[in-house]
Amino acid sequence: MKKVLVDLTVKEVLHVNANCVLLVMHSEEPLPMTLPGQFAELRVDNTPSVVLRRPISVHSFDAEKNEIGFLVQVVGDGTRWLASLKEGDKVNTLMPLGNGFTMPEKSGKRYLLVGGGVGSAPLYYLAQELKEIGCDFALLIGARSAKDLYRRDAYEALGRVEYTTEDGSLGERGYVTNHSMLAEKFDRIYTCGPKPMMLAVAKYARENGIECEVSLENKMACGLGACLCCVEDTKEGHRCVCTDGPVFSIDELKW
Amino acid sequence: MVKTNVKIGGLELKNPVLTASGTFGYGLEFADFVDLNKLGGFIVKGTTLNHREGNAYPRSAETPMGMLNAVGLQNKGVDYFAQNIYPQLKDLDTNVIVNVSGACIEDYVACAEKVAALDKIPAIELNISCPNVKQGGMAFGVMPASAAEVVSAVRKAYPKTLIVKLSPNVTDIAEIARAVEGAGADSVSLINTLLGMAIDSEKRRPILSTITGGMSGPAVKPIALRMVWQVAKAVKIPVVGIGGITNGADAVEFLLAGASAIEVGTANFMNPAVTGEIVDYIENYLVRHNMSSVDELIGALQV
Repeated sequence: MKKVLVDLTVKEVLHVNANCVLLVMHSEEPLPMTLPGQFAELRVDNTPSVVLRRPISVHSFDAEKNEIGFLVQVVGDGTRWLASLKEGDKVNTLMPLGNGFTMPEKSGKRYLLVGGGVGSAPLYYLAQELKEIGCDFALLIGARSAKDLYRRDAYEALGRVEYTTEDGSLGERGYVTNHSMLAEKFDRIYTCGPKPMMLAVAKYARENGIECEVSLENKMACGLGACLCCVEDTKEGHRCVCTDGPVFSIDELKW
Repeated sequence: MVKTNVKIGGLELKNPVLTASGTFGYGLEFADFVDLNKLGGFIVKGTTLNHREGNAYPRSAETPMGMLNAVGLQNKGVDYFAQNIYPQLKDLDTNVIVNVSGACIEDYVACAEKVAALDKIPAIELNISCPNVKQGGMAFGVMPASAAEVVSAVRKAYPKTLIVKLSPNVTDIAEIARAVEGAGADSVSLINTLLGMAIDSEKRRPILSTITGGMSGPAVKPIALRMVWQVAKAVKIPVVGIGGITNGADAVEFLLAGASAIEVGTANFMNPAVTGEIVDYIENYLVRHNMSSVDELIGALQV
């Protein structure tokens, strides 16, 4: 798949919660096809402390409108700059990167999408595509508190969404792996979120014989499989999260 | 038409722009952004006699205007390179140079011999300066005698252009450069990364799995320029300048300081198209300054 360097224009900035913005970006040129689970590297300008691009997962993608959405959580100088962008600003973007989730053939199977906090961002685009091809799926989103969630209406418009919060402010109190919906039968789990959550989800999936794909976010530099900084220690040795991932089947990992 | 070609030992480059090992993969990763044939050449990932898994994650840390890495020469070994990567590179119209590393002199020699057998690889860059491996690497490059010893052994086994990559983590880099020149190197390239460290104050832990790592990026450019300047005055063989080159003007600065060619490293992560842009910049620079050849720039710093 050909990768491009493209100057995207910020079309809309939505402050979706206290610490996150949704950047809806537009391109003059047609954007290359981008799949659920893939990511882009956004160049951060005008900040002396940041030299590396910021890898951000694709939250939404509209090939007809040439639009791509990135959910950005402020964690440092780079993401703070991205979150401060205004309508009309340009961001040099390297995309599409990584492999993406394995998309199912239309079948009688059931899929569960498990997201944690802002880590659920790529599951939105995945859910859109699953809905598009008529798959039976449900979302389970965990967070510390209801106020850490974002775009609930948008997620809920795609299908069934269940929640867990650690403080009990929404859905069931506790962690995603304790949610009562796990008693239902699912054939595959897709998960993205904090590593401890994904480890717990992977353990649950393995114990219950459910296929499971996880999306990793190891610290990276080039995004192209060249620098070998972002490696995950897999059963086949050190592999690049940026090109062999970010999505891995748990069978490939040493988890 | 300006003349941009330069010579490094027996190696003819169509322009002075190379890439630094470990920052450009095997070139192919960047083919969507750069016409590889437009470059003077590129230097592929550090290659060792045997497969190496490299260091544990985390292997990188961003630092102000730069980064640390501690990859530790992860590669599948020289035989894998020869069988699987070389066939994809051998028909390119540019110079593909292999960066050769080892844990002991015998490994360096054996690896260099295997690369020498590959017709379309006109040169190696001998890495005696990797800060991220416990044995070999930088250990050879920090003392003139051991540096000369490994270069001399490889020189006997390797007939083509031999570039030796030097460590900045030394008291006097010019002394090391003179030692490897005396041992038969055709060229020296510098600088490899500076040994550095990053700490997470909240976790009270080092960021890198190896605690220390190699620093690169725009932050190291003044040190690299100074060392290129010193080494270019100390040796007769051509110098390849490396360290924080992020754009064409940076590249010209290294040429002025005495480098005959340059390598672009960390900047490839910032802008994967940067090497092609630097080639264009140098050409335009020569035109703007009414120069007919890049030779007029090399060592032309007015002091």
